[in-house]
Amino acid sequence: MSTLPNRELLDVPTEENQPLPPRREFVDEDTVIRSQWRLFWRRFFRHRMAVISTIVLILIIFVCFNASWLAPYPKNHQDLALGATGPSMQHWFGTDDLGRDQLTEMMYAGQISLAIGLAVAVISTVLGTLFGALAGYFSEWTDQFLMRLTDLFLVVPAIAILAIAIKKFGNSAATIVLILAGLGWMYIARVVRSQILSIKEKEFVEAARASGASHKRIVVRHLIPNTIGPILVNATLAIAAAIITESTLSFLGFGVQPPTTSWGRMLSDAEGYVGTSKAHLLYFPGLALLIVVLCVNFIGDGLRDAFDPQSVR
Amino acid sequence: MLTYVARRLAYSIPVLLIASFLLFAFVRVTFDPTARLRASRDPSAVARERTRLGLDKPIVVQYKDWLVKFVQGDWGESSRSSERVYPMITRALWNTFQLIFWGVLISGLIAIGIGIFSAVRQYSVADYAFTSASFIGLAMPPFWFGLIAIQFLAAGPKNWFDLSQPPLFFVGLHSVAGSPILDYPRHLVLPVLTLTVQIIASWSRYERASMLDAINADYVRAARAKGLSPRQVIFKHAFRNALIPLVTVMALDIGLLFGGLIVTEKIFSIPGMGQLFFDSLLQGDANVLVAWTVVTAGFVILFNLVADIGYGALDPRIRVA
Repeated sequence: MSTLPNRELLDVPTEENQPLPPRREFVDEDTVIRSQWRLFWRRFFRHRMAVISTIVLILIIFVCFNASWLAPYPKNHQDLALGATGPSMQHWFGTDDLGRDQLTEMMYAGQISLAIGLAVAVISTVLGTLFGALAGYFSEWTDQFLMRLTDLFLVVPAIAILAIAIKKFGNSAATIVLILAGLGWMYIARVVRSQILSIKEKEFVEAARASGASHKRIVVRHLIPNTIGPILVNATLAIAAAIITESTLSFLGFGVQPPTTSWGRMLSDAEGYVGTSKAHLLYFPGLALLIVVLCVNFIGDGLRDAFDPQSVR
Repeated sequence: MLTYVARRLAYSIPVLLIASFLLFAFVRVTFDPTARLRASRDPSAVARERTRLGLDKPIVVQYKDWLVKFVQGDWGESSRSSERVYPMITRALWNTFQLIFWGVLISGLIAIGIGIFSAVRQYSVADYAFTSASFIGLAMPPFWFGLIAIQFLAAGPKNWFDLSQPPLFFVGLHSVAGSPILDYPRHLVLPVLTLTVQIIASWSRYERASMLDAINADYVRAARAKGLSPRQVIFKHAFRNALIPLVTVMALDIGLLFGGLIVTEKIFSIPGMGQLFFDSLLQGDANVLVAWTVVTAGFVILFNLVADIGYGALDPRIRVA
């Protein structure tokens, strides 16, 4: 008998245990026609964290914006006799000094934080796409001018300029959105510009031009739809950045003012309780910010993979 | 190389000039230095003050006058303490610089370590752990981390840093009582930790990505094929090239930090640039704010230049383009 151990024998490829090469036929009966979007969703759903994040984020948005009937207590309902208590069955996230239920407060504050984040992302994405597309399509001096302008905007320390601007223009939620968006579009503009610069040399754009399409039509119908991937990915990043920036400004006292609250504003109010027994006021708003931004980042990651045809997922 | 540096420099100077003009104009229209004279019984007081400060001249002329004085080191005086602005800024800058120095040193070393490790052991348990940690680090509001750090490390029973004696602005980064040798790290550990968490996540991701690019490059395969040891391949061939993108990102981020630590400094009462900005903004101290914004913008431009030049020095291909 053989002196070789059995295991090695099994590993030797033979005619029998070699896998058959896949048969290649022109049209397989099982072939499913997949559209671009079908492929997109397929790749997106393969990204497990992105799917979980989408569900969590939708849940948080739903809970916050239905606070009027979901919240356990009315808004601003005070229970002065109770005062600040830690988390309990009656008050899941505890209460603050005035006995206000923190879960309720966080739902209403979340409306502001989320709405500001989304609004800033939408406005800055639209502005950035517009300026980026213009800069990339009409080269030479339009490009130079817009890119030098973005250079200038990127040079100034953001939080400082935002704080000064809010000091000047007021701190209503709408003003804050406009100021944040007005200073946040440059990054998307750069991304869109670099995409357009490479796409506009492609044959299909030349074909469109040859068949007499106007500049507007080429930009709107041919160039921007082909950069939708990077635009959406950067829009999610813009949401995350806007939420963090708003909370930072609110924390410094330049954000929304009471009775309007946001998660950053709640943290600002809780700052004085650091190191005391009322520190629970600090945990939940920060955790909410962390979870929302984490979800948005994961969704951005999933979108990036889904828009990439070479993605292996 | 020299023409490359000269070209980058020639580009930076107009950016700095235009940025400083916009910032100057922005602060001028936002804050009125004569606001405190509004209630004066003398109706001509405001007009006289405006003439004295040159506010009745066109903004371009005001800017020119300001620029000439600024270059000579005369940055005006603070409207709340009548102190000269120049020493105020340099003193705050020194404190912020120390914070940045330690923060960048520590996070740079750790980020490089994590990046190399994650790239070499791609998809290992540790790699996944570092990736998750960096996702959390990127999503965490820095000021929240600072507060949590105080809550758990410097308050209550575990008062390891005894921050109840705040650093004093005329002493620097330590308080009057206690030995300066122990006091200095005691006041810096938590702010540096907060700063580290803020920047280490993105830096380690950068290092991991560029290290992966390098490891899969042809020249690394060639080095391995020649029979070099894995250590030599990783550190002599891959690591050196993987450092180039990280150095650029680090330089850009450091430039932003000089004006970007407002919240961190406020939480830990560090008498640096952030604190100075915050106090000046609340009191509408226009001269300090103009100087502050121009100096921080100057740092961003300076470090952009450093990044460009560093990139050109490390990668000869860049210089030609």
